[in-house]
Amino acid sequence: MGYTVKADPHYTLYHPRWYRRRMSVWWWLHNRAYAFFVLREITSVFVAFTALLYLWQIRALIQGPQAYEQFLARLKTPLFLTLDTVAFLFVLFHAITWFNLTPKAMVVRMGGKRVPDWAIIGVNYAAWIVLSGAVAFLLLRG
Amino acid sequence: MLKRITPLLWLLFSAGGTVAAFFLPVHLLLTGLAFPLGWLEAPRYEILQRLLAHPVTRLYLFVLVSLPLFHWAHRFRYTLYDGLQLKHLTVLIAVLCYGTALAGTAMAAYLLWSIP
Repeated sequence: MGYTVKADPHYTLYHPRWYRRRMSVWWWLHNRAYAFFVLREITSVFVAFTALLYLWQIRALIQGPQAYEQFLARLKTPLFLTLDTVAFLFVLFHAITWFNLTPKAMVVRMGGKRVPDWAIIGVNYAAWIVLSGAVAFLLLRG
Repeated sequence: MLKRITPLLWLLFSAGGTVAAFFLPVHLLLTGLAFPLGWLEAPRYEILQRLLAHPVTRLYLFVLVSLPLFHWAHRFRYTLYDGLQLKHLTVLIAVLCYGTALAGTAMAAYLLWSIP
């Protein structure tokens, strides 16, 4: 017929305009479950902050003893003590919510039976304690 | 392109979330609070230097920096969409988030590689 048919789902002529109520940016403050959800999402910012803090420390260590001293001194300033306290609480919140969700993300079967949620969560917490202990041991052995 | 690599991004998100959950709290508690506040003595330079000399430590630190950054990139991307209703900026936000994670990864690789 001389024209090609375009299969573009986004475009239809005379498409009706849906009625949409404007949502406030603060929609998540109205309900405790939503606030919890958004707080959990925000933990990622502090996860990134901690990763960058480590990148900074690695750089200081490579630059030499003086740079490392400077890094340690910088961490003692009120700004970093405040940031690190807040970041620690959020990272902790991330860890706890993450472990508690593992049985939902990963179903483990043993001998044909499903391993109960509490067992999977328990293994995670046990591993967490062991790994944290190992890291602390390596850093504090001095 | 973004659609094609979405499974990989989800994989990085969950790997990063797991690394962050297991390892970041203890590191932050020690480096960010216990050492600066004097609860415990910060490790001396020589000790960390010796730890860094080991390839396993370097690999660990690379993973510790890189994967959590990708976890952040993925989660923060959706936080911006839903929280601030920025759906129309999809591409820009994705580039900024994953770009930052890639830059941090490259920086970590470069630094850890350059250790003599």
